[in-house]
Amino acid sequence: MRVATTFVALAVVLVLSIAAGILVGSVPIAPGDVLGALLGSPDVNGTIVRDLRLPRVLGSVLVGGSLATSGALLQGLLRNPLADPFVTGTSAGATLAAIVAIALGLSAPLVPLAAFVGALVAVGLVWRLARLGGPTTVLTVLLAGIVLTAFAGAVATFVLVASDRLAVHLRSVLGWLQGGVSVIDSGELAVAAAIVTIGLAGAVALAHRVDAYAFGEETAATLGVDPDRTTRAVLGATALLSGAAVALAGLVGFVGLVVPHALRFAVGATHRRLVPASFLAGAAALVLADLGARTLLAPGELPVGAITGLVGAPFFLALLVRSRRVVV
Amino acid sequence: MTVLEARAVSAGYGAGTVLRDCTLSLASGDVLAVVGPNGAGKSTLLRVLAGLLRPRAGSVSLDAADIVSLSRAAIARRIAVVPQILDTLFPFTVREIVGLGRTARLGRFGGASAGDAAAVDRAIAELELGPLASRRIDRLSGGERQRAVLAMALAQEADVLLLDEPTVHLDPGHQIATLAHLSRLARTRGLAILAVLHDLNLASAVASRVVVMDQGRIVRDAPPGETLTSELVAAIFGSGLEVVARNGSPRVFPADRIRS
Repeated sequence: MRVATTFVALAVVLVLSIAAGILVGSVPIAPGDVLGALLGSPDVNGTIVRDLRLPRVLGSVLVGGSLATSGALLQGLLRNPLADPFVTGTSAGATLAAIVAIALGLSAPLVPLAAFVGALVAVGLVWRLARLGGPTTVLTVLLAGIVLTAFAGAVATFVLVASDRLAVHLRSVLGWLQGGVSVIDSGELAVAAAIVTIGLAGAVALAHRVDAYAFGEETAATLGVDPDRTTRAVLGATALLSGAAVALAGLVGFVGLVVPHALRFAVGATHRRLVPASFLAGAAALVLADLGARTLLAPGELPVGAITGLVGAPFFLALLVRSRRVVV
Repeated sequence: MTVLEARAVSAGYGAGTVLRDCTLSLASGDVLAVVGPNGAGKSTLLRVLAGLLRPRAGSVSLDAADIVSLSRAAIARRIAVVPQILDTLFPFTVREIVGLGRTARLGRFGGASAGDAAAVDRAIAELELGPLASRRIDRLSGGERQRAVLAMALAQEADVLLLDEPTVHLDPGHQIATLAHLSRLARTRGLAILAVLHDLNLASAVASRVVVMDQGRIVRDAPPGETLTSELVAAIFGSGLEVVARNGSPRVFPADRIRS
C-alpha cells in the first residue's frame, strides 16, 4: 500500500516537474502561450518552447532517469551504496569516447552511440582489471574505476587541446563536461531515447537477479543466478544508460549515488521496485535541477552538475548520518 | 539412494591445494556433520559439492550428471546452500530474503507464481518467522537472521541442503531446535543434509555420519560412535579433550580446568 502510494507520488512529481520545466524559463512566457507553442504556433514563443525547452526537459528526463537506474543496479551488484557510473569508470569512458567522436566530426546522433561504446569498453576494462590475480571485490572494482577515470581524463584533455575542431568550442565543451544538458538536435535525442529504453528494459528484466546478490556473488550463484552472465548483462545495461546520459549532459554527479540510496527508505531494497522508482525519481530530480540551472542566474546559465553537486552532496551526507544513527 | 557424490576430488585456490583425494557420498535421509580443525578444508569441500569451485582432479556428480555440466539454476533447484556470511547492507525484509530462495524457479522476468508464494509462506511458518516477516533483515539479531537465511534455503525446495556453520550465531536452545528441525526434514522429507559444524557435541547428537577432516583429507566417515573416539579426537584436536559416552553417542569435553 505504502509502496503503491510512493509510486503514484513519484509519477505525479515527475509530471509536475516536466510541466514546470516547460512552463518556466529565462524568458517569461504565459502558460496559455506555452500550450499554444506546444500545439504548433509559429511565433518566437513556439521556437523557444519546442526547440529549446522541450528537448532540454526530455533530455533531462533521460539523463536523470538513466543515472539513477545505473546507480541502483551497480549498488545492488556490488553490494555497496557508494557505487555509481562515476566510481566504476563508466562515465569516464563514455566522456572520452564522446569527445573523440566530436573531434572526429561525427554527426550529433552518433555521439550517444560512441559514448555507449566508450562506456562499454571502460566497464569491461575495469572488470578485467578488478579480476586480475584474484576474485573481484568491491575494493578492486572501485580502485580499477579510479585508475581508469584518471587515465581517460588525461587522454580526454590531450584530445581537447590537440583537436582544432574542439578548440573553437572549448568553452562549450568544458561546460558540457561539468554537466549541462545540451541537446543538439532531435536526432541525437531520438537515438539517446532508444538507447535508454533498451537499457531500462534490461534493468527491469535483471532486477530480480540483482536481488539475489543480497548476500554476495557466491550466494547469488547458489540461488541459481549465473554470476558471469548476470555481471555482463548488468554492466551492459549500465553502459547503455550512462553512455546516453553522458552524451546528453556530460558529467552530472550525485544523481546516480543519492537517488537510489534515498529511495530505499521509501520502497525498500528489492530491485524490482527500486529500479523503476529510481528512474522516475532521477528523472524528476534532474528536470528540476536543470530548471534551477537555467533560471537561478538568468540570463546566465549554471552547469546542471553544479546544482546536483550543491544539493546532492549535503543530502548524501544527511542520509549517511541518518543511516548510521539508525544502525547504532 | 545416493544424490550427491564426490569421487577422489582435489581442489584449491591459486597455487595452493586445499582438498586432497576426497571421496564422499550423500544419500536421501542422511545427516552428515563435517568436523575438523580450522583450515582442514571443510568449507572448501562444501563449495566443491555445491559446484562453486571446480575440482582439479576427480569429479562431483549430482544424480548421474557431472555438476560442472549443470547450469547454476539447475543446481539451485536441487541443492540449497546456507552460507556463513549473513550480512546485507540493504533493507530487505525477512519475507523478501526468504523469497530469494525462489530465484531459480521464477519466470524469465522474475514473475512469482502461487506456488512460489506458498513455498515462501511454508518456510516462514516452519522457522516461526511469521512475526518477523515484514521486519528489516539488517535490524534483526544474529540468530533471527540465521533463521531467515535457513528459511531462504528451505524455500528453494531442494533435496540437498548444504550448511556452513548453521548454528554459529544461535544460542544453545536455538542450536538444538535448528538441528532437530534439520533432522526432521531428513527423516520426513528425505532431504540429504550436510552441515559443517565446529561443535563436536552437536555433530555427535544430530549426525547419522560424522565426517572428520584434517589437512585437506577425509580421515574418517562413519557413525558418531566410530568417529569421535578418544584416539581420533586426540590425534586431530590434541590432548586437551575427553570423550565420554552418553546415551549411546559420544560427547567431548575439556579434560581439565583450563584456568591456570
